[in-house]
Amino acid sequence: MTLLFRTGLPAFVMVAGLGFLALLPLLAEWVDNIFLIDLFMRLMILSIAAVGLNLILGYGGMVSFGHAAYLVIGAYAVGIPAYYDVYDGFLQFAIAIFASAAVALVTGAIALRTKGVYFIMITMAFAQMVYFTFVSIEEYGADDGLTINMRSEFAGLLDIEDNFTLYYFVLVSLIAVLGLVYRIVHSRFGMVISGAKGNERRMQAVGFPTYRYRLVCYVISGAICGYAGALLGNFTNFITPEMGDWVHSGELIFMVVLGGAGSLFGPVLGTAVFILLEEYLSRLTQYWHFPFGAMLILVVIFTRGGINGMFRWIGMKSGIGGRS
Amino acid sequence: MDWGLFTIQMLNGVQLGVLLFLLAAGLTLVFGIMDFVNLAHGSLYMMGAYFCATLVQVTDSFVLGVILALPLTALLGWLVELIVVRALYTHDHLDHVLATFGLILCFDTAVDFIWGPTGMAIPLPEILDSHIDLMGGHTFPVFRILIICTGLAVAGFLYVMVVHTRIGMLIRAGASNRTMVMALGVDIGKLFALVFAVGAALAGLAGMLIAPITEASIGMGNEIIIVAFVVIIIGGIGSIKGAFVAAMLVGLIDTMGRSFLDQLLKLFMSSESAETSAPALSAMAIYILMAMVLAFRPQGLFPPKVR
Repeated sequence: MTLLFRTGLPAFVMVAGLGFLALLPLLAEWVDNIFLIDLFMRLMILSIAAVGLNLILGYGGMVSFGHAAYLVIGAYAVGIPAYYDVYDGFLQFAIAIFASAAVALVTGAIALRTKGVYFIMITMAFAQMVYFTFVSIEEYGADDGLTINMRSEFAGLLDIEDNFTLYYFVLVSLIAVLGLVYRIVHSRFGMVISGAKGNERRMQAVGFPTYRYRLVCYVISGAICGYAGALLGNFTNFITPEMGDWVHSGELIFMVVLGGAGSLFGPVLGTAVFILLEEYLSRLTQYWHFPFGAMLILVVIFTRGGINGMFRWIGMKSGIGGRS
Repeated sequence: MDWGLFTIQMLNGVQLGVLLFLLAAGLTLVFGIMDFVNLAHGSLYMMGAYFCATLVQVTDSFVLGVILALPLTALLGWLVELIVVRALYTHDHLDHVLATFGLILCFDTAVDFIWGPTGMAIPLPEILDSHIDLMGGHTFPVFRILIICTGLAVAGFLYVMVVHTRIGMLIRAGASNRTMVMALGVDIGKLFALVFAVGAALAGLAGMLIAPITEASIGMGNEIIIVAFVVIIIGGIGSIKGAFVAAMLVGLIDTMGRSFLDQLLKLFMSSESAETSAPALSAMAIYILMAMVLAFRPQGLFPPKVR
């Protein structure tokens, strides 16, 4: 039960949410709207990326404005092998994780020498480099993108060509990533990370090499986004460098902040609100970006801690719990 | 080596450089003085282009269009400051980035709503639409020369304003030590609204100058604003001189890289691998430059002296 109370969201909301996600495919069949499965699959995949970003943004105070790049790397880690008729999922996902971790290691090592807005800009610059790399590789479609003919194969253990199977594969991945982040944040390692967010000098004075801790954290975060990218590649079956455009990195940050940075379930909630609102508004009007942008501005000006902050506030008032 | 072509590409680089400077000047002042990150600066660039395009249609004169569109863009910048930006000074950089990201969405959609999804061309008067001859049978458009001259004139004007006037003194003082300036009884809020409006006008001017070449189009600011940020980071945030030097550097490196990097690479690698890697490398060149500057000199090339 402590887990439930320490995640920042009231337990019933959290359990209800995951239960809803687990039952959604049945619901979609019942209301005869298969599109719902696609919608929630996309929502969960982006949630994984947001949870990964939150690890450094929310807990570590490092605002990376280039995490969409890891999504692209992960997606191409599925796409490029598939281009050569290699569909082994274990291999593809391993490439996705290691390639994004490697890129995160190199770029993070440089970026973490800077602070604040310089960090925001340098992470974005590296993401632009990744973007332009894929844009200029003619072999893999350049900016026309790359079609993936077949989804990853897991040696007959799992057939994700089937949308239902892929859906549950994504759901299990989301839960696993949430578990991983929870473990990291509540370990000694995580304490150092959030300690360094509050006061880096003090952590250094106590004897922690904060730079190394942050770098490891940054690499894990990149790897999680790379994993999400591999799922995204499987889901869409079509990938373009455009997925890594800086605007999408901005959207990822918004998802995290909207839900509440620095809480376990905040990013999932933020992504859900983002995707569902996007879906709803885009059906109402082709000009849906306007109310969306206006809402973004209002959220930033008037709330601190996002939706999760509101829950926490309500929780504290009513004594349900929900401390961070 | 074709020196005529080389000269033309140099001029193109300088032309991109002065455009970047027009954008970066406002950005770096706003950033330097009030510590505000304005991603939506590129939207003001776009709005300037659309205002100008519309006014050129109405008045049938490019020069008149620019003269009327400038105060209009300044007014828009002032409104943006008043309605959105002012509420955010006490927030952190992350909030600035998010809110101005929201502004970009609003502006892009508003343009789609008002002017429609297709771009708007700006016709040029005949004198500006011609070419002059350069050596080796190459020609160079007169309008690009006008862009270069305008950019350099604005740079000179800004230099005089920032270094030799009282307003400039306050701006520099505000960039170094805001609290002290406020303590001296200067209305820093008003000063900043002014700087924001001037910055908007400069961004708009850049948009008006580029639109006759590329058309005014939705999202035209979103690509170039990132490059403008690269410029001010390389130059040192808050420094006009840094913005100018870095803008020229970035303009030249980007243009020259795109035209000549493949030939350069062919000197020491096979022509096939040079042709595959040159486009990627030249597109990345300015980001590599920025990463290098940040790695070795995190404050940029010309950081304002007191921060």
